[in-house]
Amino acid sequence: MKAKFLVPLLLFFGLAGFLAFGLTLNPREVPSPLIDKPAPNFRLARLDQPDKTFALEEMRGQVWLLNVWASWCVACRQEHPLLVRMAEQKLVPVVGLNYKEVRGDGAISVRGMALEAETAMAVERGQRWLKDHGDPYLLSVMDIDGRIGIDFGVYGVPETFLIDREGRIRYKHIGPITPESLQTQILPKVEELRRAG
Amino acid sequence: MPADPKLLLAVRHGLAAGALALLLAAPLQAAGPASVPDGLPAATDAGVAPALAADPKLEADMMELSHKLRCLVCQNQSIAESNAPLAVDLRNQVREQLAAGKDKDDVIDYLVERYGDFVLYEPPFKAATLLLWLGPLALLLGGAGWLGWRLRRRSVEVATEQALSATDRERARTLLAGGGDAAPDTASPEFRK
Amino acid sequence: MIPELGHFALILALVLSLVQAVVPLVGAQRNSAALMAVGRPAAQGQFFFILFSYVCLTWAFIQSDFSVQLAASNSHSETPLMYKITGVWGNHEGSLLLWAMSLSLWTVAVTVFSRHLPDAFLARVLGVLGLVSAGFISFTLVTSNPFERLLPGVAEGRDLNPLLQDPGMIIHPPLLYMGYVGFSVAFAFAIAALLSGRLDAAWARWSRPWTTVAWVFLTAGIAVGSGWAYYELGWGGWWFWDPVENASFMPWLLGTALMHSLAVTEKRGAFRSWTVLLAIGAFSLSLLGTFLVRSGVITSVHAFATDPKRGLYILALLVIVIGASLLLYAARANKLMGGGSFSLVSRETSLLANNVLLTVASASVLLGTLYPLFLDALNLGKISVGPPYFEAVFVPLMTPVVVLMMFGPFLRWKDDDLLAEVRRVAPIFVASVAIGVGSAWAVDHLTWRTALGLSLAAWVVLASLRLLARRLGERAGASAGSRLRSITASWWGMWLAHLGIGIFIIGVTMVGSLDRHLDVKMKEGQHAELAGYTFVFRGVVDADGPNYDAARGNIELVRDGRVLGMLDPEKRLYRAQGMPMTEAALDIGVFRDVYVSLGEQLEDGSWIVSLYYKPFISWIWVGCVLMGLGGIFAAADRRYRRLAARDAAAAVDGRVGAAA
Repeated sequence: MKAKFLVPLLLFFGLAGFLAFGLTLNPREVPSPLIDKPAPNFRLARLDQPDKTFALEEMRGQVWLLNVWASWCVACRQEHPLLVRMAEQKLVPVVGLNYKEVRGDGAISVRGMALEAETAMAVERGQRWLKDHGDPYLLSVMDIDGRIGIDFGVYGVPETFLIDREGRIRYKHIGPITPESLQTQILPKVEELRRAG
Repeated sequence: MPADPKLLLAVRHGLAAGALALLLAAPLQAAGPASVPDGLPAATDAGVAPALAADPKLEADMMELSHKLRCLVCQNQSIAESNAPLAVDLRNQVREQLAAGKDKDDVIDYLVERYGDFVLYEPPFKAATLLLWLGPLALLLGGAGWLGWRLRRRSVEVATEQALSATDRERARTLLAGGGDAAPDTASPEFRK
Repeated sequence: MIPELGHFALILALVLSLVQAVVPLVGAQRNSAALMAVGRPAAQGQFFFILFSYVCLTWAFIQSDFSVQLAASNSHSETPLMYKITGVWGNHEGSLLLWAMSLSLWTVAVTVFSRHLPDAFLARVLGVLGLVSAGFISFTLVTSNPFERLLPGVAEGRDLNPLLQDPGMIIHPPLLYMGYVGFSVAFAFAIAALLSGRLDAAWARWSRPWTTVAWVFLTAGIAVGSGWAYYELGWGGWWFWDPVENASFMPWLLGTALMHSLAVTEKRGAFRSWTVLLAIGAFSLSLLGTFLVRSGVITSVHAFATDPKRGLYILALLVIVIGASLLLYAARANKLMGGGSFSLVSRETSLLANNVLLTVASASVLLGTLYPLFLDALNLGKISVGPPYFEAVFVPLMTPVVVLMMFGPFLRWKDDDLLAEVRRVAPIFVASVAIGVGSAWAVDHLTWRTALGLSLAAWVVLASLRLLARRLGERAGASAGSRLRSITASWWGMWLAHLGIGIFIIGVTMVGSLDRHLDVKMKEGQHAELAGYTFVFRGVVDADGPNYDAARGNIELVRDGRVLGMLDPEKRLYRAQGMPMTEAALDIGVFRDVYVSLGEQLEDGSWIVSLYYKPFISWIWVGCVLMGLGGIFAAADRRYRRLAARDAAAAVDGRVGAAA
């Protein structure tokens, strides 16, 4: 057996190794390039008091979470009880970004609907949902057209961003938060950032 | 009249070339500027349908760029092909920014800042993609090098083999003639060392 | 009851495949005729039971037996019968059964058409095929049982994915699988040859028709799939460089290389080691494709619902099958040197060069397809590799292939005079470039890509004509009829397939450069213009089908005041899944397709209509048809049957393999 004839076999084993490792990865999960970068600023109308606005910089000096949600989002319902428990225990302040509340809902057509009407509908739907399921948020703001979502690189709801005292994004969780990801990922990072600051 | 065969050949090729070019171009020439639909009964003609895009040039640019951008929520489609809400949003973003006078690179940068290189169907050329972009070239050079080496080696091998084969064939013949007990496999001249 | 029978039949098929795998191999090793003889009936019995099992599954779909999980998830009582039947393979489990059935069908074909093969050789071929079959049937039974019950059953099924409810999908998967799986025969021949140690011209001759037929199926399967995408996705794209498309394209490229390499091995006894490696490679890529579609390591529009356990199982199968073959190759390859001599300028060299290029192209597609996975595994970030990359890489690699492809047939085997040949084809080459650039200019699209594509196409067409003229001129004295008859079927096959590539390139280039597109808002009576055509909107009617609601547009296609016909694109909503679908309407022509799809209705009552003008697009598929026909001609060459008879006679003499 000459060594050169083993080359195809070795190449194949290398490939198989990668494929085996690939089975443990999730090809759909896209890491955010915004990690360790300043969170995009926004000033948006509040869901609880639509005539008032809230800006990201108002959270400066705190370690907090930005949770992207919508009433039509099925997976949000899954993580919501956990958020409510977190709020009860006052673990970390959470700001809600209510994402495309009306136009994101496949069941509703917004064609021809004025922005005011859409906003009013979003307020009504969002507030009712929080009343029904509990409101864990410090407050929620409304991203009616999803522009701020794009700024944050949101591609699926729910997503959660961990933001530090200086307003930098330090971690992004894609999909519903689970008790496990809360304990092993999010809370330790929150602690670390609080100590560091 | 005796003609120069070379000239004849050149003329023949020239003619063939012209014919083929015409064949390709003819149906397209006919598809030139649109004709007035004078065959339509005027009574039923309700006028020209408005284009969906206010600015067709902008729309074409937007679509061209969109074909190179990956829809993040889809299985594997560009934002031009997908009708997922996020793809529609991103197309709107691209259109808006192009309309605002940004050039294509700016729009690409804008999206990469938010979604990362994942959003690009044409991966950027950088350290991590070095192998991707240069791999095919390396494979080609490697293949060509191997081919050259192989062909040179081969001519040597074949020469030695031919020298050997005369005696081999003789031996095979005696083996086969004498009892034919040897397994055909090993007697095959294809299978000797 | 019937699903259980099907399940049981599949278990029996597994048992028979194991018998088919083990007994003949042992028999061949011990030279026991009795043991070797088991292979044939075992293979045929296996096919019977898989077929039975498949029919049982189909029965569950036809009867809308929604206590069978698979039928409940992929069928519906209102689904048309045809799509109930094809729905069987519109999912992971059923398509896996189809995979196993194709393999079994190929095996039976080998038992029927290869009677002349020496017993030991046939026994080894069947043994190898049996091993692969056992792997796949056990995979089906262990991880993906299609007969899984859903108890209690549900009243109504979830219906087949509407995208798959299309005539193209009736034939695409079977063709594709027959192609994919067909390379298993060439693979089994190669392994049997490695095991027995006899890789000679006869082996190549036996493998050739099998390889070619599998290649024809694969070509047809890919072409039908791309045709389906063209009219079903609603915007006229025909190739997307999706990982799963690549998974079928890579074996195609390597299979193409294999066919040509086999030709050299048969005719000249050369390249044997390389040919064996290609035979292993082509089938390995088929297996890899199966892994990619079903494991979830890569996102693709075509991927089945995935489960890591399945991925692991196929990967293990891959490692065993491919690893063992390559190990065997490593052990035996050094005995494969030699063969007929040839000089640097010869048809052998040109074929080998193209082989290398095709392999490099295939490897590049593999690199692009798996690169995101490599980076992710090394934690270097996530990227996407899509059409812009593949086009950038593929066009430069294929250009020399096409040039060489038409030059090679002018060269003689063994040795030729390069200068003389170059001088002979140079005028054609120059004329081709002139035509290419001239045509690009004539159609007012003088880009380097259009000029390159058209030059290559002209080169293929002109060189084909020249090649035919030369071939006909070889027997100067004979009558035209006898000259035509003297050309073998396999030569015609080569000629047609190569010409097909030229036609294909024309289609790709023209539609890539010159297609036109316009989206309009249309109300009844309004018209729009595109590329010299007038589209008059005659309104929308309801056109509900058995399992969908639809709006059907009526659009009159007018040119120069003459009505060419009515186009009736549909917008469908499939009731069971609530999934909207566009059914485009096409006016297909020799030089252009006119393609219309219906979008949504706007508040003001007008409809969004997308109009497309696609010049020369049908040439893409005409090219594929020519390629496929070429393959059929090549496989049907009388030579194989004649030589098969001779091989059989030689086998009786006990002197097989002593090739000249």
